[in-house]
Amino acid sequence: MTDVTTPETGSREARPTRASRPPAPTGSRPTTPGTPPRRRRSAESQRRLVALTMLAPALLGLVVFFAYPLVASVFYSFTRYNQLQEPEFVGLLNYRFLFTQDPQVVPAVVNTLWFVVVLVPVRIVCGLLVAGLLSRARTATGFWRTLFYLPALVPPVASVVAFVFLFNPGTGPVNQLLRLVGIEGPLWFNDPAWSKPSLVILGVWVMGDIMIIFLASLLDVPRDLYEAASLDGATGVQQVRHITLPTIAPVIGFAAVTGVIAALQYFTEAAVASGVASGKATIGGGTAAGLGYPGTSLLTYTELLYQHGFANFQFGYASAMAVVLFVITAIVLVLTMRRISVFRPEES
Amino acid sequence: MTAVSQSPLARAPRGAAPRAGKPRRGLLLWVAEHAALVALGVLTVAPIVFVVLTSLMSSNQALTASVIPKPFDVSNYARVFNELPLAQWFGNSALYAVLATAFMLLSSVPAAYALAQIRFRGANLVFTVIIVAMLLPPQVTAVPVYVMWSHLHLTGTLWPLILPNLLGDAFSIFLLRQFFMTIPKEYGDAARMDGCTEWGVLLRVVVPMARPGIASAAIFMFFHSWNDYYGPLLYASENQAAWPVAYGLATFRGQHGTDWSMTMAMTVVVMVPVVVIFFFAQKAFVEGIALTGVKG
Repeated sequence: MTDVTTPETGSREARPTRASRPPAPTGSRPTTPGTPPRRRRSAESQRRLVALTMLAPALLGLVVFFAYPLVASVFYSFTRYNQLQEPEFVGLLNYRFLFTQDPQVVPAVVNTLWFVVVLVPVRIVCGLLVAGLLSRARTATGFWRTLFYLPALVPPVASVVAFVFLFNPGTGPVNQLLRLVGIEGPLWFNDPAWSKPSLVILGVWVMGDIMIIFLASLLDVPRDLYEAASLDGATGVQQVRHITLPTIAPVIGFAAVTGVIAALQYFTEAAVASGVASGKATIGGGTAAGLGYPGTSLLTYTELLYQHGFANFQFGYASAMAVVLFVITAIVLVLTMRRISVFRPEES
Repeated sequence: MTAVSQSPLARAPRGAAPRAGKPRRGLLLWVAEHAALVALGVLTVAPIVFVVLTSLMSSNQALTASVIPKPFDVSNYARVFNELPLAQWFGNSALYAVLATAFMLLSSVPAAYALAQIRFRGANLVFTVIIVAMLLPPQVTAVPVYVMWSHLHLTGTLWPLILPNLLGDAFSIFLLRQFFMTIPKEYGDAARMDGCTEWGVLLRVVVPMARPGIASAAIFMFFHSWNDYYGPLLYASENQAAWPVAYGLATFRGQHGTDWSMTMAMTVVVMVPVVVIFFFAQKAFVEGIALTGVKG
């Protein structure tokens, strides 16, 4: 902190002359009575100029990689467009195909909604339970936290490959263990009925990311609230219901919103699981064979978008799918964003 | 043992103290909680243990019910390095992660500072746009961005994933701003009073104070790039020489059938760098995660 105060303190004297531009007094006192309005505005506009300079690369990035592509996606969605020829206007054809004809849209939407409805709540509940346990632990807290966080660190591709191995029907350790207790395990990633639940198990295993957020907020709940409640004779369950949950509700809301948005774009885990479990096909390099395996049980909306856009190079149709995804995500955001305090600019 | 007898006492004031005669219940609860912790801990670690053990088996033993490798066989690790361009893929991953992180810091630290520490009209609007950009799925903008990079003849490389970081990364700006907001503006005001410019305040006051936050944003970016699958799939899948390790791992089993022990060796190889970095920077990292969702 010493370097803050070292520069010549004498400049404070020199300020009223206002001949030298740089040391503009800043907003801690923009409303100081007696400050000439003219001077205040110039200080403010100068501050704004510096701020915009610092933001310039990011603002340019928002235009080039966010605003422009958003507008372009809408434009492309009304065209037939591939790499070989220029966009050709086709009106609502892409949307009509998307909503009424594409046979893959229904399974893709159903699968995606399945992940939204099952994966997100299951992860939140499990994250809360583990965080609750950890918040009560008094010994080796660092060890336990690291342990339960560890899986979240494993690169998603690696964790999916590992799980497809662990759960492989023939020789995988999970079914071997089940056999020991006399249960013939399912085919997991190779059975359309079990592939999505298998990914939920994976999602629970890697829940460390939301668990840590829950844990931090649980430890933030003021201790004296509990003490007062237990003096009043409140039971443990009552304390959880009337103190803990209301206090951490905003954090659960944050996890729910970001979880829903992540589930709407669920891609990597499903795509890698399909590729590895089918054992022969890979996606990328212009092919999307194996996407959705087994059957169409893991085909998600963003996978279908990938298949149309980047395996078949139907840019127009993929853009229509992107616009629909944008509208759905935007609705989720509009409905929820103002409730999430970290997303509000005025909060610190 | 001592822990067992001490802990319920230490916790007594919270739960059972006011009513006498309840410590036994506290002890039971403590035992139940720790039994649950241990059980869940075993379940959490088991997958990693199985993966590592299998990577040390011969390919044939990996197909049997045995758990302990017999004999310990490290040749799988040699094989993945010999039979695959793994060194090259590692180089690609490292280049992607290091450059993306460095570029992100250059562009996003000043942006986050401006949003957190400078009072100017329009700051809230910019912040809101950044939040929306952060939350929107990348697939929404994927087609036009892909077309842009293909016009620049940069598809088939990782540059379309590295270069945009020079123009700011929405999540990093958000995270850094959250950290910078925790620094009282009075520090900056004092420095400005003493003739410090905004850049001076940023570099000499805020950056030194927010070092853990900056470290955490950097680690997030590094991990995000290292783990990225979707980006390389879009831009580099057609060119095997440009693959990062994570993408190489995803395509691995397509080429090597059911050789699980070799697949697990490759899985371990992809995991290790991330885990090592985590243990060196654990504190900053965990703080960063907590701050994304809690503060404010």
